[in-house]
Amino acid sequence: MHPVLILVARRVALGVLLLWAASVLLFAGTMILPGDVAQSILGQSATPVALANLRAELGLNDPPLTRYLNWLGGVLQGDLGTALTNGQDIAEALGRRLGNTLFLAATAAVIAVPLAIGLGLLAARYRDRWPDKVISTFTLATVSIPEFLLGYIAIFFLSVNFRIFPSLAAVHEGMSLGERLYAVSLPALVLVLVVLGHMMRMTRAAILNVMESAYVETAELKGLRPFAVVARHAFPNAVAPVVNVVMLNLAYLVVGVVVVEVVFVYPGMGQYLVDHVSKRDVPVVQACGLIFAAVYIGLNLVADIVSIVSNPRLRHPK
Amino acid sequence: MADRLLEIENLRIEATAYPPGEPPREVVLVKGVSLTLERGKVLGLIGESGAGKSTIGLASMAYGRSGVRLTGGAVRLNGRDLMKEPASGLRALRGKEATYVAQSAAAAFNPAKRLMEQVVEAALAHGVASRKEAEARAVRLFGKLGLPEPETIGRRYPHQVSGGQLQRVMTAMALCPEPDLVIFDEPTTALDVTTQIEVLAAIKEAIRDTGVAALYITHDLAVVAQVADHILVLRGGEAVEYGETQQIITAPREEYTRALVSVRSIEHEEKPEGAEPVLSVRGVTARYRGTGFDVLSDVSVDLPAGQTLAVVGESGSGKSTLARVITGLLPAREGEIDFAGRRLSPALAGRSRDDLREIQMIYQMADTAMNPRQTVGTIIGRPLSFYFGLRGEARRRRVQELLDQIEMGSGFIDRYPAELSGGQKQRVCIARALAAKPRLIICDEVTSALDPLVADGVLKLLLRLQAEEGVAYLFITHDIATVRAIADRIAVMYRGRVQRYGPKSAVLSPPFDDYTDLLLASVPEMRRGWLEEALERRRMESAGN
Repeated sequence: MHPVLILVARRVALGVLLLWAASVLLFAGTMILPGDVAQSILGQSATPVALANLRAELGLNDPPLTRYLNWLGGVLQGDLGTALTNGQDIAEALGRRLGNTLFLAATAAVIAVPLAIGLGLLAARYRDRWPDKVISTFTLATVSIPEFLLGYIAIFFLSVNFRIFPSLAAVHEGMSLGERLYAVSLPALVLVLVVLGHMMRMTRAAILNVMESAYVETAELKGLRPFAVVARHAFPNAVAPVVNVVMLNLAYLVVGVVVVEVVFVYPGMGQYLVDHVSKRDVPVVQACGLIFAAVYIGLNLVADIVSIVSNPRLRHPK
Repeated sequence: MADRLLEIENLRIEATAYPPGEPPREVVLVKGVSLTLERGKVLGLIGESGAGKSTIGLASMAYGRSGVRLTGGAVRLNGRDLMKEPASGLRALRGKEATYVAQSAAAAFNPAKRLMEQVVEAALAHGVASRKEAEARAVRLFGKLGLPEPETIGRRYPHQVSGGQLQRVMTAMALCPEPDLVIFDEPTTALDVTTQIEVLAAIKEAIRDTGVAALYITHDLAVVAQVADHILVLRGGEAVEYGETQQIITAPREEYTRALVSVRSIEHEEKPEGAEPVLSVRGVTARYRGTGFDVLSDVSVDLPAGQTLAVVGESGSGKSTLARVITGLLPAREGEIDFAGRRLSPALAGRSRDDLREIQMIYQMADTAMNPRQTVGTIIGRPLSFYFGLRGEARRRRVQELLDQIEMGSGFIDRYPAELSGGQKQRVCIARALAAKPRLIICDEVTSALDPLVADGVLKLLLRLQAEEGVAYLFITHDIATVRAIADRIAVMYRGRVQRYGPKSAVLSPPFDDYTDLLLASVPEMRRGWLEEALERRRMESAGN
């Protein structure tokens, strides 16, 4: 078998193992938390009989291993359980929320990734000259400002003062794509500003690192245009570090948007998670945690596979 | 004159230097050098590092590495003054009228692209040929340069061919757009001597067949004597002497050129046999973790006390691995090492402090073997404290004694490595090794990174220290001239085995085994026609077999 396939298969297997470990941790973590779910559902005034009944109904009296296996078995079949607080099917409620979060993340990513790489290339091309300084300072500033503050600044200027975009990112079923995009414009803008800096800086650093190498000098001595030197000779060798940081930021766009979703009252995963954490709704927290872990591990898996595949030494062994 | 291809007139090149801890300052790299190159001729640029050879080579394409500026004089290629050309004009000529062959082809090829893609790139970018024509030309050049499978080698990636092959592919890349001028910048320096001769012959033939003119840059006079019509000797950015090759190597006019020609003049009588061995390696076999093959197989050598055993061979022959096994960094799988009458534990962890003290090492790159943030006094003083518990004034006095022994005065004790020259750095490393009062010093290619004259000084110092201190050297090198200068005994290594072993006089006298013969016959000699003779002899021998 081709060595790259072996490496990729090994990496995928490691990802699955990691995801399983995450599920164990999530389950164990919610077990360690103090308090009793039945108690918190029924409140302080519950009778002992009612508590015992509810515990039996929820399966809280089974040994932990049985409960874990039941839960895992359900998850593998797409059944994430029922929310304790309102009795809704988690998979169904979560599905809509996840869809919203992914839509927002994708909107931000489609703008941020090409923009960041483009700005990174530009900054590398004009290293230490004014375009580089402007880009670096601007992205550093947007990374440094906390995202909720960025959100309120954006609301203040763009929806209160100039009334261009809506301050509440309310979406509902039956909206057209254009309406949806318009609704999420401000949170998307904030997310773009937050993730731009990392990706741009890594692109700039990776390109500059490669530009120092002898093969770039060879390319320059062939009389190639500066753009051809960067695009054909420098960029292919800078892909791996750039993809890594891009994937980390994409993961952030999915799992780290809690604050931004709350600021814009956007009905995504983050809001859903925050609501249920405060209500101690364990099955929902577990389900959200598992999905976040899957997104994180999955995207980093993609980054690693791209690194493996973009390495000619691995792709074409001796 | 119409046949003048390249004219450099009174060229001045400056750069900004950033010495550590000091404000940046301007340095002059080339101070008013002039040269002329006619069509179809080869001019050798020779000198030590810092002489400005590569800088001048690149300047003939009006190219300066980062921070390097052409500040005065004129560079005319095909009658055009390059210093007055705009960037687009320079791009139009680079890769078309003039091309470049770099010292390290391994670094100069883009690892992510196939060879053919890179070889034809310049020809395509300048519209010299269609892709089909350029590829056909590349295949012809691959064949002419003696590369295996010329039809298909272009489909490989740079890491899939050997260093010597890559250097030839780079020559093909330079010749593919049919330029008027090729700049060869130390094209064979990084190669093993047995590979160098093949690449050298391929380059010479390619130059002759295509009628291209060339600037051939090297620090090795014997190499340039084989290919150049004229030679320009450079030193510290200035021209020292210019003349026909024959005149430069047989009747140099300038003092400096004479020193270059007569370098490696050390006469070293081998010491008599029969002394007690201080080091005895018996049947050592070793391999690196995770690999399935032995890097060393059944190696047995003896080193008498106070003598020098030279270990010779090309890269990958296991020379440095032998050093790692003796020092305990790589425990041997089989075999024994006896040192000063006692059996050494294979692994570092099992050795006593005296075992460690009595075997010291000096490395090829003195630069990276020293902590750049420690002064010379701290670097040499460390083993004094560690092994002998010397402190304060006593330690400083001893450091000073050692500095005197390596012929460096009292002004050096508080300096940092960055403030030293290459030769001085290597001397400090020697002093650090001596500080431990060792019985054996392992010298791993210690002169390979130094200029010939400086290397000569270091070898003389090592010989004198051996006479004074009675220390034995295990001297690892790929350079036969160094071996002649310093060895008492020689072990020739090939593919992890000792191919030939004995006193210097016996090892270097016929009858030879095939590999030793090839190795000795591949060492360039400083006379014209040596290359042709050596190749002829090789052909005869391979025909005879």
